[in-house]
Amino acid sequence: MSEATARRRGALARFWRDYRAQRAGLYGAAILAAAVLAALVTPLVTDPAGLDVTRATGEKMAPPSPEFPLGTDESGRSILLTILWGSRVSLLIGFLSALLSMVIGTVVGITAGHFRGWPSAVLMRITDWFLVLPSLVLALVLAAILGGGTSTIVLAIGVTSWASTARLIRAQTLAVEARPYVERSRVLGGGHWHVMTRHVLPNVAPLVLANTTLTVASAIVTESTLAFLGADSGQASWGSMLRGSYDWGAVTSGAWWYVLPPGLCIVAVVLAFTLCGRALEAVLNPRLRGVS
Amino acid sequence: MSLLEARDLHVEFASRGRRARAVDGVDLTVGEGEIVALVGESGCGKTTLARTLLGLERPASGTVRYGGAPLAYSTRALKAYRREVQLVPQDPTGSLNPRHTVYEAVAEGPRIHGLPGERERVASALSRAGLRPPERFFPLYPHELSGGQRQRVVIAGALALDPGVLVADEPVASLDASVRGEILALLLRLRAELGLSALVVTHDLGLAWNIADRVAVMYLGRIVESGPVEQVLSAPSHPYTQALLSVLPESPAPVVLGGEPPDPTRIPGGCRFHPRCQVLAGGLAAGAGVDGRCRSQPPAILPAAAGSRVACHFAEASRAPA
Amino acid sequence: MTAPETAPETAPGARPEAPGRLLELRDVAVTYRSTAGDVPAVRGVSLELAEGEALGIAGESGSGKSTLAMAVLRLLPRSARVGGEILLGGEDVLTMTWGRLRAVRWASASVVFQGAQHALNPVRRVGAQIAEPLLVHGLADPAGARTRVAELLEQVGLPAWRARSHPHELSGGQRQRVMIAMALACSPRLIIADEPTTALDVMIQAQVLALIRSLIADRGIGLVMISHDLSVLAATCDRLAVMYAGRVVETGPSREVFTGARHPYGRALAGAFPTVGDRASRLAPRGLGGDPPDPARLPGGCSFHPRCPEALPSCSWREVELWPAGGGSARTSGGPAVAHTAACVHVLPDPEAMPGPGGGAADPVARPAKESA
Repeated sequence: MSEATARRRGALARFWRDYRAQRAGLYGAAILAAAVLAALVTPLVTDPAGLDVTRATGEKMAPPSPEFPLGTDESGRSILLTILWGSRVSLLIGFLSALLSMVIGTVVGITAGHFRGWPSAVLMRITDWFLVLPSLVLALVLAAILGGGTSTIVLAIGVTSWASTARLIRAQTLAVEARPYVERSRVLGGGHWHVMTRHVLPNVAPLVLANTTLTVASAIVTESTLAFLGADSGQASWGSMLRGSYDWGAVTSGAWWYVLPPGLCIVAVVLAFTLCGRALEAVLNPRLRGVS
Repeated sequence: MSLLEARDLHVEFASRGRRARAVDGVDLTVGEGEIVALVGESGCGKTTLARTLLGLERPASGTVRYGGAPLAYSTRALKAYRREVQLVPQDPTGSLNPRHTVYEAVAEGPRIHGLPGERERVASALSRAGLRPPERFFPLYPHELSGGQRQRVVIAGALALDPGVLVADEPVASLDASVRGEILALLLRLRAELGLSALVVTHDLGLAWNIADRVAVMYLGRIVESGPVEQVLSAPSHPYTQALLSVLPESPAPVVLGGEPPDPTRIPGGCRFHPRCQVLAGGLAAGAGVDGRCRSQPPAILPAAAGSRVACHFAEASRAPA
Repeated sequence: MTAPETAPETAPGARPEAPGRLLELRDVAVTYRSTAGDVPAVRGVSLELAEGEALGIAGESGSGKSTLAMAVLRLLPRSARVGGEILLGGEDVLTMTWGRLRAVRWASASVVFQGAQHALNPVRRVGAQIAEPLLVHGLADPAGARTRVAELLEQVGLPAWRARSHPHELSGGQRQRVMIAMALACSPRLIIADEPTTALDVMIQAQVLALIRSLIADRGIGLVMISHDLSVLAATCDRLAVMYAGRVVETGPSREVFTGARHPYGRALAGAFPTVGDRASRLAPRGLGGDPPDPARLPGGCSFHPRCPEALPSCSWREVELWPAGGGSARTSGGPAVAHTAACVHVLPDPEAMPGPGGGAADPVARPAKESA
């Protein structure tokens, strides 16, 4: 129905108007847009050959110069180039593992909220188990067992970070399930699948979206931490750069250009995701504003 | 004859570690084309009874029958049952998903059951519920409607399945006074035009007087008096019905019962109404020589037959010699 | 914040008090400011209440009845602009200082809100909540407050040990009694009860209404009771005012308005709750077509005309003021007679012979549809 699309568009316009009112969210979105754009454009304008240790042209640990605006690392590679290519890995892992985490969390949360009784109890005990487990250690172990590679890191982060999401989604599901329209749907003959997909999911979706944004931020931090601790994907990321700077004593030797850029990038992107997530939460969370 | 029927129905809950007998032995029928009002105070079990008749609660014992056949509780049987017995809920605002348009809300039932001709079905259901022209309402969201219109949308959603019985739980309690009569008139018109039966659950005796053919008065999980509306509401036999009628704002001599509606986890022995009974307290029951039975012997469960019935030792004793 | 649109001519607080006149509303208007424009909730209401008198305000959602009641104690949100005069014991509430207003709330007038379960603090004992206004206003020391709480609970029919209960341990009717005890704590002269029995069962409703009636009779308290149920109001109050779309459309002695309303809306409201036993309403529920109007988009002329079964063509552009509708009776407290008035073209001596729009300047009855109070 064309009227329905017009209404959806109207709802979108209203959302954008509300979002624009969140100034911090706008800054976050701008930083994100820049980071994603840079990650997308990098392969088009730079040559990955510069990342190859054997073909690096610069001096070792050289300070910033016109040729290498952010200096070089221990193998003579350009820090700027590594940062740009590393952003692709960091963002990709961040997005994918957040996605995985949200899918698991949403499925577990809705299932546990919808089916009362023992299925819910079992799922919530598993959730609690993941919640109290030191997830970083678990992720390290997982990454070590599964071997290197981007998918391993995504899996390791995704599988260890869904528990708090599941709790959140379950709480929201319980609130939605208590609404009379869910009972009405049941009286109309709607089964479990119908209620979960037609009524619960659309109502928790905004929460999921806001939460995903926040999860991306923490996933990027976790990726960096894992890389710093040695469990990396085999490709240069911001975390592995920090590891390299640590291994080569960049701080003690005063090579600030090796430490600061990846560190600041992580801070900026994580902050941007957090700002966006908070803004989305404020705009979309039905508990923070009335459901219209 | 009898379309929807409860036979010796018992429904129980666990409430703070105790067993609450919310419905404690009820026989009730709703005939074809009949509107029955189930009246009682909150906590008397009338909503639980309605939910059990809708298949939303499972009885501890006894059966729900539709068209003579007992209701089975398999997923498939329940889904088929839903096409026949539909709910008109108390709060139309909460009963509509705020994210669904009127069209989606009414089409939900036909979609679940895979009924053909969805658009025509929705349009005809909306116009039967008094929302005309139906196309004008299709794209609207619940918050764009008035309370009365929302209740009509909910009723249209039930009508879209062509049910045989509507179970209406306080259908006008949350509506504005001036809109109330219109919704009740709609229920009467649906009965006249479609032969739709209805069980109307309410605490409002005026509502029963307005639309019902028969009334059943419920107290603490049991029906204590039932019969044709004119008879029961004009000449009530049970002391509880008498008290309920006497406290209506227009009544000349109110009999205000002491205490709160009692607790279904602690149903008194003997007649369950005896601790609050004004007839027993006033000594009339003793005069008729039934006070001992009031305190010790529960009256029999009222059968669901037509005619006026009352579960009261005193009423029976005073009726018998006459 | 709630500066009146029109400053009163005399100094506030110094007004000579009319004998026995507890509350007087003069042309009160309340407008909510919103992003979508101004929404008139109450449009020029004048009412008065004597001591020991009970006034019922009837109407449905959007009629402005609750807004009007909240305006009396300036309990409205910041977006509300209140005009006219609200004289409580001769003092204009709208021009009071905050300190004076705080003293007036509870001590001379208090409110019983609807939904007692939400108005009580769930984690505090009810005794402490009843004692709170006493202690805040310095009317009692803690020991005195305890005695007073026991006294109050007894007055509303609860045992004194209930003071130690938490709200969740009480039933709906008991909580409503606690609310009434709270309202009585500082011995106010006026009580405003907003749908005090709506969520309650008939039996409990009867108990609470009987309690309210006895309190008015025994202590000479003035009562303003708000409800959508005309039959409840008729059974409790001496006088009724029926509100529709922010205006009073009919006033008069309760019985007369309930059984012989002259405004079509008053009749519809009276017919909405049928009398059991009345043959005319058997299997014939009566209602009105259409829906209560949106205060932001009121129809022109008489705002009831789109739903009115008896509307004349002139109703779409002409609004009628309250006009004597015959009958009336002596006030129960022996005061002046209470007139029965209705704002309907059909109570005018000659409904058809009215001047057209703009021509009503010389006529006291008809006036242009839009007024700026």
